Amino acid sequence: MQITNRKRIVALGVLVAVALSGCATAAPGGTAEGIDCKPSEGKVDLTFTSWIPGIEDVVDIWNKKNPDVQVTVQTGPNGNGGTYKNFFNQLSAGNAPDLGQIEYDALPNFRVQDGLENIASCANVSESKDQFIDWTWNQVTFNEDGAVYAVPQDTGPMALYYRKDLFEKAGIPVPTTWDEYQAAAVKIREEGGYITNFPQNDVNWFAGLVWQAGGQWFANDGDAWDVTLESPESTKVADYWQGLIADDLVSKVPAWTDEWNNAYNTGSDWTWISAVWGANSISSGAPDTAGDWAVAPMPQWNAGETAAGNWGGSSTAVLKGSKHPYEAAQFALWLNTDPEALTALNKGANLYPATKEGLKLPVLADGVEFYGDQKIYDVFAEAAAQTNPDFVWGPTMTQTYADVADGFGGVLGGTGTLGEALATGQEKTIAALNAAAIPVKE
Amino acid sequence: MSAARSTAPREKFASRTAAMVVMGISTLYFLVPIWWLFISSTKSRGDFASTAGLWFADFNFFENVSSLVSYNGGVYLQWMLNSVIYAGAGALLGTLFAAMCGYALAKYHFPGREIVFNVVLGGVLVPATALALPLFLIFSQFNATNSFWSVFLPSLVSPFGVYLARIFASASVPDELLEAARLDGAGEVRTFFSVSRRLMTPALVTIFLFQFVAIWNNFFLPLIMLRDQSLFPVTLGLYAWNSQVNQIPEIRTLVIVGAFLSIIPLIIAFLSLQRFWRGGLGAGSVK
Repeated sequence: MQITNRKRIVALGVLVAVALSGCATAAPGGTAEGIDCKPSEGKVDLTFTSWIPGIEDVVDIWNKKNPDVQVTVQTGPNGNGGTYKNFFNQLSAGNAPDLGQIEYDALPNFRVQDGLENIASCANVSESKDQFIDWTWNQVTFNEDGAVYAVPQDTGPMALYYRKDLFEKAGIPVPTTWDEYQAAAVKIREEGGYITNFPQNDVNWFAGLVWQAGGQWFANDGDAWDVTLESPESTKVADYWQGLIADDLVSKVPAWTDEWNNAYNTGSDWTWISAVWGANSISSGAPDTAGDWAVAPMPQWNAGETAAGNWGGSSTAVLKGSKHPYEAAQFALWLNTDPEALTALNKGANLYPATKEGLKLPVLADGVEFYGDQKIYDVFAEAAAQTNPDFVWGPTMTQTYADVADGFGGVLGGTGTLGEALATGQEKTIAALNAAAIPVKE
Repeated sequence: MSAARSTAPREKFASRTAAMVVMGISTLYFLVPIWWLFISSTKSRGDFASTAGLWFADFNFFENVSSLVSYNGGVYLQWMLNSVIYAGAGALLGTLFAAMCGYALAKYHFPGREIVFNVVLGGVLVPATALALPLFLIFSQFNATNSFWSVFLPSLVSPFGVYLARIFASASVPDELLEAARLDGAGEVRTFFSVSRRLMTPALVTIFLFQFVAIWNNFFLPLIMLRDQSLFPVTLGLYAWNSQVNQIPEIRTLVIVGAFLSIIPLIIAFLSLQRFWRGGLGAGSVK
């Protein structure tokens, strides 16, 4: 069953690649089944495209240790800012870099368009499975047998950032369930603040909440994609936030703007449910509140549960057409498992490792001053382990995000509901899949 | 003009006031963002988030500039230099080619002249953005993507410049003058450079400025072509940084200061060349 599934997906990918490039010779001869992964002779030069600032310094560590495998860093804007588009252009022109940074939610798109090498047969790759946090491994294998399409790099486990001082002063207990969160929101509104804000454009944030609720937006049974933006869990999350918005319990300041920073800096917004990398966004956006914040696990749907969501994270993939997949795979493994590399990535770019060992890095063990010296990374390490491993992204996330964000914008402007936004997203996603000749389950 | 002079002074005053108000509003409209950019680039990261956008807080401009030029090994200065080279050399050569082409189309009669001109004119209608991807695929064939030339060569072409040069050459370079130059024994090339070029100077300055601004602001072509950040023009570099702000918030200040500094060369180019420009427009109107 698994094998036929894989063949179908591959066939599908080839079909799409051909359709997109309009060139019948683009079908790769047999390489899609997993490559013959052997070391190359002589000195090898690899190119690696990543938008992580300071990645050059990390790669330099590798280059010094491996004089025969030299990696050149290429850079650009973040994935959806243009680099993914560039990858696809380069793949059709046949000059893609050996390695590329790809976020988890974009991987299926590259898989469907046959842009990734299957590096499962490269030494140490399949064996490294147990080093990685369970859910990340499923993201890079798509649950196919004998397949690994990328090496997980970082994750964004979610938790609740909250203004400890304000909660204590107002005598509000820190919410552990979503019901308590709503009750707290009412009290905070009475105090003149807002518990948080609802972001229009961070649809992947919303997906993280659905992820926590045990929901799925996509599934692939090998034959076709099942689009379930309106699944019961997804609808539950939408109805919950719709309630908060309708009762004016959350503010509407647009995320990542000055207004938004200001809302946190002046204490008018009290909490933020966000990923581990959000720690820096608060400390830089709200410098006047240093020492007043703390981190707690995400509120749960039922008391006593321990589920977390995830927001963001990327992988290092070997792109189709690489002449040195073996060396590329070894570099990707080193970059994302070696303690020295992980420490450098964390220091330079706040990346939170995707390996189980990486979560115990010394840099992640200390208390953080901004959060009252709380050891906040302990909370996130726990959340990483509590993330549902079966969540699947779809092949058209950019479009899905855009359409759902349009709907969310309408809700914040006073028309429609979040549930309706998801329904529209569902409809348009199916239309987009059909337009790309990707089979959809009816 | 004479009609205007004969009207009552009050009416003249009213219409002048109205014109001034309109001009004032549009000036404000265009200058406020630049003012905001300047103010923001003088602020520390904390003040940026917490103080009013249009007035000074603590003056940190020089600290910001020094962290900008030292960040990531001073890559920002490299980007500025790249932009100056792409835009400066590209506009200079582009202007030369456009001038020669437009001049030839205006002054020489040869079969197919109108067809060539119409094709060039058609080129004005095709946005540069639409050509970026085909250019990428062509350069890929020659393994020339991610190189200086992949951005520089396409910048040399300016259909609008050719159009402008032709119109201006037919209006401002008299055939009699060319005839005289030829009689004096000057070759065609020498005639072009010593006689026609001088007469066409106002048009050339215009073409140069247009081309300079177009290359400086050209973002999509470098985005598609370049991977090596030491080749980036400043627009692409700042965009790449800006896409990191969510995760590396320190960069926000650098993006703002960098954006502010990156408009200065454009302002210099305009202020130093507009003299020629005004002269040209005046000369045209008297004729």
